[in-house]
Amino acid sequence: MSALPSAIEPARLATLDRGYREAVRARRSRAVLIGLAIVLCTMLSAISAEVEPATLFANIGKFTSYIGRIFVLENGQPVWTRPAEWFWGLEDWLSLLLETVLIAYVGTALGTAGAVVLAFFAAANLSPHPVLRAVTRRWLEFCRTFPELVFALIFVIAFGLGPLPGVLAIAIHSMGALGKLFSEVAENIDLKPVEGVAATGASWPVVVRFGALPQVLPNFVSYTLLRFEINVRGASVMGFVGAGGIGQDLIEAIRKFYYADVSAILVLIIVTVALIDFITERVRHRLGDSGAPA
Amino acid sequence: MLRLQQVTKRFGDKKAVDGVSAVIPKGQLVGVIGRSGAGKSTLLRMVNRLETVTEGRITCGQINVGTLSGRHLRAWRARCAMIFQQFNLVGRLDVLTNVLIGRSFGVSTGRSLLKLWTDADRTRALAALDRFDMAHLAAQRADTLSGGQQQRVAIARALVQEPDIILADEPVASLDPRNTRLVMDALQAINRELGITVVCNLHSLDLAREYCDRLLGLAAGRLVLDEAPNALSNARARELYGLEAADVVGEPETLPVAAYAMPLGSLSVAPSGVPAQ
Ligand SMILES: Nc1ncnc2c1ncn2[C@@H]1O[C@H](COP(=O)(O)OP(=O)(O)OP(=O)(O)O)[C@@H](O)[C@H]1O
Ligand SMILES: [Mg+2]
Repeated sequence: MSALPSAIEPARLATLDRGYREAVRARRSRAVLIGLAIVLCTMLSAISAEVEPATLFANIGKFTSYIGRIFVLENGQPVWTRPAEWFWGLEDWLSLLLETVLIAYVGTALGTAGAVVLAFFAAANLSPHPVLRAVTRRWLEFCRTFPELVFALIFVIAFGLGPLPGVLAIAIHSMGALGKLFSEVAENIDLKPVEGVAATGASWPVVVRFGALPQVLPNFVSYTLLRFEINVRGASVMGFVGAGGIGQDLIEAIRKFYYADVSAILVLIIVTVALIDFITERVRHRLGDSGAPA
Repeated sequence: MLRLQQVTKRFGDKKAVDGVSAVIPKGQLVGVIGRSGAGKSTLLRMVNRLETVTEGRITCGQINVGTLSGRHLRAWRARCAMIFQQFNLVGRLDVLTNVLIGRSFGVSTGRSLLKLWTDADRTRALAALDRFDMAHLAAQRADTLSGGQQQRVAIARALVQEPDIILADEPVASLDPRNTRLVMDALQAINRELGITVVCNLHSLDLAREYCDRLLGLAAGRLVLDEAPNALSNARARELYGLEAADVVGEPETLPVAAYAMPLGSLSVAPSGVPAQ
């Protein structure tokens, strides 16, 4: 036994111990308080938004019957008995799905490019000027405030029907969402390399490029891949407002009660999203293991 | 010639550096010594303008360092290279790129961003690395190197800036004795062979005595000592370092018991003072 641990005076030990216990107790009671507050807020907001569980239970039958209905062909047989008839429009749908993925891809690429640049203006530790930082942050907030569909609708009115408004809508929303995430990543970097580069007399873009970018790149790539998957889902409903992709066929099938078509298109979307989820997950893990080259 | 006139740095109410005046002629190897918190780092960082100057003037020829901004400030930083205790390399980049970053003031921003270094710059960087036997590691990622190797890369980066002054903030504080020698020898060689002024914060008085032409001593931000290393007696050094003297000054002597009483007393924990997280 070492003599060291018992060398402390009993009175002093008691004081330290009491201090520690009080701190822990304070922390625990605060956790309970926060928990209670969350439950209370949930109840209050449910009441004020008129979320009535009764309505939900009363109508759940309608929902399940609709789900049941979309898996039945015109002739009354379940869809899986005749796959060829179920997926009669496969060729069109696949090309629309490809368009959907491309809308998501281009939108993500454009949005990410904007987000990378703006994130460094928005990061407290790197921003060249506080005013520039404030303006950038407000702009990013604006970009992510409205759902993509709202932007899409506005762009459809401005540019007409087609994939272009969808791409722009996704790009703007992604720029806002990723810009915020990226700037938070940038705010947590080690500033020593940044100082090292700045001390050589390098200009601001060079300081960011060499001091900060290599540190944030793996995280940026990871968030971007995640965003791509989200954007494929977002792009699949762009067609609802005429902004391209599979959504236009889906909304038509829903409106015109082509029940089997609804399920066929939904299945295609789910498979596509799952596939992209799987691939991006793979890539992200790879990056996590080896780190991205800078 | 670097001239400090009544240089002061305030953080809030606290004076980290307090009215320091000194003239450092070209080609000198100056050691700045003093206990932890004395203001050594702050003083050096003001010269490179990583910190602003609160009061007083730092001048070099016609240049008033305190008021520089934009391109002039970057030109000044390129002229006075900085070396850090923690090396401050970009760990994820390879060694040669880290050294080439030292050229970035002279290269257009566009070319730097795309790493379009000229052959001349690449040659300079390799030559600087080779000077410290590091050229064979040029392609390796900086964070895979040992501390001593990283510091030599940092010195190579400083060297390709072709600076007039090198400011070294405790360059050997994270290194073992062998690497300490290598790094201090490198700094001394640069000073002697290239005539570059070196201002070096050092915690170890033995090193300061061995390598420096002149010692500046700081205590609580004030300049309390400015003399040749051999003129500095152990007694004065002990005074400067106070409680840290035993770590710093060569031959250990027993300190008065009273000296230990203070830090122990200040450790007492009042229950109300325990921070609730
Ligand atoms: N950014 C800052 N904000 C507030 N106070 C600071 C800041 N930087 C330094 N200080 C304070 O200024 C004083 C001098 O610090 P400085 O780092 O220059 O000391 P030092 O002599 O380099 O010490 P060390 O040997 O530990 O590196 C210290 O009291 C420190 O707490
Ligand atoms: Mg220091």
